[in-house]
Formats: sequence, C-alpha cells, structure tokens
Amino acid sequence: MTWPAFLTLITGAMTTAALSFSGSAMGIPLGLALAMVRWARIPGMEFIVALYVSVIRSTPIVTFVLFVFFVLPSAGLELAPIPAALATLTLNTAAFNCEIWRAALNAFPRDQLEAAHAYGMTRPTLFRRIVLPQIWRANIGPLVNEMTILLKGTPAVAVIGVVEVTRAASRIGAATYEPLPPFLAATAIYTLLIAVIVRGQRIIEMRLAHRYGLNQP
Amino acid sequence: MNPVAMIWDQRGIFLTGLANTISLSLICVLVSVPLGALGAIALIEARPPARRLVQELIDLFRCVPFLLLAYIVYYGLPELGLRFSAWASGAATLIIYNIAYLTEIFRSAASALPRDDLEAASAFGFTKTLTYRRIVFPQILVTAAPVVGNQVIVMIKDSALLMIITVQEITFAANFVNTNYFSPFAPFAVAIMLYWGLCLIVELGVRRLGAMQKRRYG
Repeated sequence: MTWPAFLTLITGAMTTAALSFSGSAMGIPLGLALAMVRWARIPGMEFIVALYVSVIRSTPIVTFVLFVFFVLPSAGLELAPIPAALATLTLNTAAFNCEIWRAALNAFPRDQLEAAHAYGMTRPTLFRRIVLPQIWRANIGPLVNEMTILLKGTPAVAVIGVVEVTRAASRIGAATYEPLPPFLAATAIYTLLIAVIVRGQRIIEMRLAHRYGLNQP
Repeated sequence: MNPVAMIWDQRGIFLTGLANTISLSLICVLVSVPLGALGAIALIEARPPARRLVQELIDLFRCVPFLLLAYIVYYGLPELGLRFSAWASGAATLIIYNIAYLTEIFRSAASALPRDDLEAASAFGFTKTLTYRRIVFPQILVTAAPVVGNQVIVMIKDSALLMIITVQEITFAANFVNTNYFSPFAPFAVAIMLYWGLCLIVELGVRRLGAMQKRRYG
C-alpha cells in the first residue's frame, strides 16, 4: 500500500470515528429521553415510542440510511450525505439505547423511589439525584456494547456515498487490484477504535469500583 | 413478471432461508445465553488472574468485526485441520460472538441487583451456588430481558452477513431471487418483512418477561 492510500484510510478512519462517536453522544441521551417517556407512561406517546423502537430495531442500518437519504427528500427534508448518515446512526442507536435505559429504570429498586417520595423530593430532583447517578453506573456495560455495535455498523452508510474506512479500503483495493492489504488494514483500524472504547469502559469501571465499592454477589 | 407470482415461484428458497435463519438464531440463543451467564459468574467470582483472562477474551471478541470472525472460522480454521459446514461455522461464529456480549450484559445486570437481597441471602446461610440459582439468576433473567432482546435482534440481523460464507439464509434467498429475476424490490421487501416478523417474536418474549417482572416484583 502506498502512502496516499494510507492517508485515505486514515481520513476514512476519522470519518468512522467521528460519525460513530457523535452518533452515540446524541443517541444515548435520546434513548434515555425515549425510555423516560415509556417509564412515565405518557398515554399515546408510550405507544408511539414502542412502535418506533420496534420498527427501527428490526430495520438494518443500510435500509434505514437509504430511506433517510432517498425517501425523506420527497417529504421536503433534504439532507447531505454526512448529516443523513449521522441522523440515521443516531436514530438507530437511540432505539437500542432506549431498551437499555428502560431495563435499568424498570429494575430500579422501588424502596429508594418511595423513600425519596417520603422525603418530599420532586420528580425531577429524584431523577437527577437518585435514579440517574445509579443507572448510568449500572449500565456502562450494555451502553458500551451498543457503542461497539454502532461502530461496526457504520460501513452501512457508505451506500449513500460517505467515505468511511470500509469504503476507503474498497476504493484502494479497486485501484490497486490488491484488495487484501487495505482490508486487513481496515480491520485493524476497526479493532483499534473499538479497543479504545472498551478500554475506556474498563477504566471508568475501575474508578467507580474504587469510589463506590464493588457490588458483587 | 408479476412480483407476487415471482415470490410465490421462489417460495421454496425463501422458506429454506427462513428455516436457516431461525435455526441459527435458536441454537445461538440456546447455547450463548447459558454460557454468557457462566461467563458473568466467572467475571464476578474468579480470582484476579482467571478473571483478567476472561475479561480480555470478552473484550477481544467485542472488538473484532463479526464478518472478520466469520471469515476466520470458515476459511481460517480449515488451515488448522478443522473443517465445518457453512451452517456449523455460521452457528459457531454467532455463538462465540454473542457469548462475549451476553456476558457483559449479565454482569451489568448482576451488579445492579439490590445489595440487600444478597446480604439477606448470605445472612440466611445460602451458599454461593444457591444464591446464584435462587436469588441472582431468577432476577437478572427478568431485569436484563430488554437488553438481551436488543442483543438477540442484533444477532438475527448479523446472521444476514453469514450469506458471505455461503449460508443460505433469508438475505441469501432475497439476493438469489434478485440476481435471477433482476428485480430487487419484491425479494428484499419480503426479506425485511421476514426479519421484522422474527424481531416481533423476540419483542413479544421480552414483553412476556416484563409482565412477569411486574407481577413478581411490582
């Protein structure tokens, strides 16, 4: 592989990293908001969120990104490839994160909620001071799982012309007639990017274990 | 050709595809859920060197892209003298890959258990085995259900990638019909409907477990 080819891969890697990182950064809070709609049992909205999660989770990212890019313009919403890709990834991961947060909210110990009510905490305070600090700590594992799955799903947005790692690798392969080296390099890049995220998870967990003690059976 | 007639003509390959996707998903769930639970116990209970090893293995499998793992199992292992059919390689890849994710999911769920339950169990003189069997697992199988549902749906969609190692599942069927009739819309629409149907079954299961949680724990 030549030096310019290598640079193309690195640029692709930056696109992949930026897309999946900002997708997770927006999708995790959005998922929390969706889960809270279901938790609070807002009539009507609860059903809409459940339907959204059902449809989005079962739609492959490729299908969904084609929909956002080619079908939404006919409804008057025209997006350039990068924003369309980002919107797709965010909306996709939000559906999965909604289920993760919902599981956490449903499993939250009832006695703590009742104690907080008894002390006269308002619902926003209760959520901010009691619920959120505990559920995010307990759900780092599933949330990071979902971040790694999203990162591995980013090649799908190449169909609308976003040049990320996989697309860059196949371009180099097509230009040099040697597909193996760029694809091995691309695999190494994915593994490295995800390793950074997973390592980050372990470091945060270790810090939390030091601060709050391990909660082990 | 009329798309409905085309799909009807090719129903055999779609049914084979559906059967293969279902059998792959089922075997993967049946094997990887118990092993994921065992992995979670290892992560929580094992002594540091063994725990470290389990954790590194899990992190490794979470880092590797699924397709690469499938390639290694199907094309790489025969070099070492281990040759499996496409279906078996696909199933093995799905299982290995999902054990890693499920272990992490169960460990998280176990660490979110209310501490008082565990303290009560040890105050009553429960052994570790009994605590896991009667206190920990009955609770986390229910509380982790939505997240396990997520993972099963991801797994069903990942199984589509196995067409690349020649497993004849749903996406393979859609692609086969498309390349024979040069008409992409109908076969892929059928494929998406089939995947959605499978995901709805998973959701139904999760909802059942959720109802059980409400009944049992309020």
